Amino acid sequence: MAISTSTPPDGAPGTAAPDGSGSGAERRSTLLHRLDVRGAPYAFVAPFFVVFAAFSFYPLVYTSWISLHRVELSTLNVMEWVGFDNYTALWDDDRFWNALLNTFTIGVLSTVPQLMMALGLAHLLNYQLRGSTFFRVAALTPYATSVGAAALVFTMLFERDFGMINWMLSLVGIDNIDFENNKWAAQTAISTIVIWRWTGYNALLYLAAMQAIPRDRYEAAAIDGASRWQQFLKVTVPGIRSTIVFTIVLSTIGATQLFGEPLIFGQGPNGITGGADNQYQTLGLLLYEEGWKNYQMGRAATVAWAMFLLLIVLFVVQRLVKRVLARRA
Amino acid sequence: MTTDSIPVETADARPGTVQKKTRKNAPPGGRSRQLFRHPGAGRQHHAGPLAYILLGIAALFSLFPLYWTMVAASTDNTRVTQTPPPFLPGPHLLDNLGKAWQDAALGKAMLNSLIVAGVIALSTVLFATLAGFAFAKLRFKGRNILLMLVIGTMMVPPQLGVVPLFMMMTELGWGQQLPAVIFPTLVSAVGVFFMRQYLSEALPDELVEAGRVDGAHSLRIFWSIVLPIARAPMAVLFMITFVHAWNDFFWPFIVLDMSNPTVPVALTQLSAGYVRDQSLIMAGALLGTLPLLAMFVVFGRQIVGGIMQGAVKG
Repeated sequence: MAISTSTPPDGAPGTAAPDGSGSGAERRSTLLHRLDVRGAPYAFVAPFFVVFAAFSFYPLVYTSWISLHRVELSTLNVMEWVGFDNYTALWDDDRFWNALLNTFTIGVLSTVPQLMMALGLAHLLNYQLRGSTFFRVAALTPYATSVGAAALVFTMLFERDFGMINWMLSLVGIDNIDFENNKWAAQTAISTIVIWRWTGYNALLYLAAMQAIPRDRYEAAAIDGASRWQQFLKVTVPGIRSTIVFTIVLSTIGATQLFGEPLIFGQGPNGITGGADNQYQTLGLLLYEEGWKNYQMGRAATVAWAMFLLLIVLFVVQRLVKRVLARRA
Repeated sequence: MTTDSIPVETADARPGTVQKKTRKNAPPGGRSRQLFRHPGAGRQHHAGPLAYILLGIAALFSLFPLYWTMVAASTDNTRVTQTPPPFLPGPHLLDNLGKAWQDAALGKAMLNSLIVAGVIALSTVLFATLAGFAFAKLRFKGRNILLMLVIGTMMVPPQLGVVPLFMMMTELGWGQQLPAVIFPTLVSAVGVFFMRQYLSEALPDELVEAGRVDGAHSLRIFWSIVLPIARAPMAVLFMITFVHAWNDFFWPFIVLDMSNPTVPVALTQLSAGYVRDQSLIMAGALLGTLPLLAMFVVFGRQIVGGIMQGAVKG
C-alpha cells in the first residue's frame, strides 16, 4: 500500500509511542495530537471561508447598504443617505425594464437551444465511436476561447455588409440583415456566441451522467419493445435529470450575468448602452453604465440587487416547476 | 466506512491513474461487454453514418470560427471585407500578428494574464485540495453545514458584490493592479466540491488511519498520502481554473485599465477604435486565444476527462 512510502516525521511530537506511562513529553504529545485531530479540519477549510467571506460575502451584504446611498465614482468615500430613492428611480426607469426584458429574452434564446443541442450532442458522443476523443475535444474547444476573442469573431461573422453569415443567407436569397441594429437579430447573434462557447461543455456534463446510467435499464426497455427514441426519452433523459437541473441552474446564473458578449458586440461606444436604442442592453451592462459611465455607484448597487432578486425569483420558480414535475413522475 | 469499495479503489488510487481510469470506463469497457449482447439490447450502440455526419457538423460548428479567425488574420483588411469572404489563409499572418501585438499591448497583457491565471490556479488547487480532504475524510463538528455553505456559495454570482469590491480595491490602493484581480478569486467552491468528490472515492479511510497510527499529524498525512493520490485531479483542476481565470472578463474589465490589462481586457481595445482594421482585430483575437488552444491540443483529453469527472452523475 502507498503508506509504505510515507516515512513518519523524525522527531515530530506525534511519533512518541502511545503505550508508555504518563511522562511530561508524552502528555504534551497526546494533547498536541488531540489538538491536531480537532483543529486541523478547521484549518484546512479556513482559507476557503476566509477568502469567500472577505471578497464575496461581505461585498454582497455591503451592496445593499451602498444601494441606499448616493455615491459618486470620483468621491467614493462620500456617501449620502438617500433611503430607497435609488430603488424608486430604478422602478421608474424605462431602461431598467428594457434591460430586464432583454436579459430574459437573450437568456431564453441562448439557454434553451444550447441545452437541447448539448443533450443531442451528448447522445451522439455516447455511441461507440471511432475518434471519440477528437469529437469530444472539438466540442470543448470553444470553451477555451475568451469572451473577448469569441465576441470579436462572431461580430465580424455577423457584419452587415461583408459578414459571412449575411453572405451565406444571400446564397439562399435572403437580403442582408442588419444584425447590429435590428433588435431580434442582434439578440440572436449575441445568443449564438453564448451557445457556441458553452454547448460542448454542457454536452460533456451530460455525457458523463449518461455513462453512469445502469445498462440493464436499457435492456429492460428494449425487451419491452421501446424504440431508440423512446429509450432516449424514457431512460436517458430521466436518468440524467439531476445533471440537467444542474446545467439549467448554471446557465441561468450565466444568463443573468451576461456582459462581455453584448459589450463587445456593440463595438465600442454602443457597447455599454447595448446598441443605439438599448436594444440588447442587459442588466450587467446597465450596472456598468450606471456605475462607471454615469459615475453613480449607489444606482449601480441597486441594479446589482435587482439582479440578485431576479435570481431568487428564478430559483423559486425552478423549485416549484421541479416539484410539480416530480409529483407527476 | 466504505469497506466494500476499498479493494477496487486502492488499485485505482495510485497517482497518475485517473486519466486511464476515465478512458477505461468509457467505450472500451462497453465494447468488451457488448460482444456478448444481443444487438440493440445495450446502450452502447455503434454509431451509424448519420451519427458521424451530425458529429462532423457539430465539430465544424465548433472549429470553423477558430479556423476563420486564422484566415482573416492572415489576409489584409480589403480582402477580408470583400464578398464572397476568403476561405483560405493569405500571406499576411505574421505582419498582422506583429501589428496586433503592438497595438493592443499584448506583451504586457499576456504576462499579466499568465501571472493572474497561474497564481489563481495554484492557490485554488492548493486550498481546494486541503478543504476537499477535510470534507471527504476528516470528522469535525459542523462539517455538513459548512459543506452546504460551500455548495450554496456556488450560486452567488460575482457581479452582485462588484460595487463594494471596487470601492474596497480603491481604498486598498489596488486599483488597476493585479492583486485586485487575483485576491477575490483565490479560492473556488466548485474546486472544493470537485476535490471532495474525488477524494471521498479514491482515498481509502484505511490509509488515513494507518497514517494516524504511524503518528503522522494531519498536515503530514495531507503531504505524504493525499497529495500523491490527488495529483491527477489536481492537474485537471489546475487546467480548468487556469482557463477560467485567463478568460475572465467582467471584473478585470472594471478594475483594470488599458495601461495594465489582462488579455481579454486588451482585446476590447482592438475593436474600440474608429478606424477598424478587421484583419488586425482577428489577429489580436487569435493571439489571445493561442495559449489556451495550445493547452487544449496537448492536454485536451485530460481536460475533457476532468470536466466529465466533475459532473453531477445520476
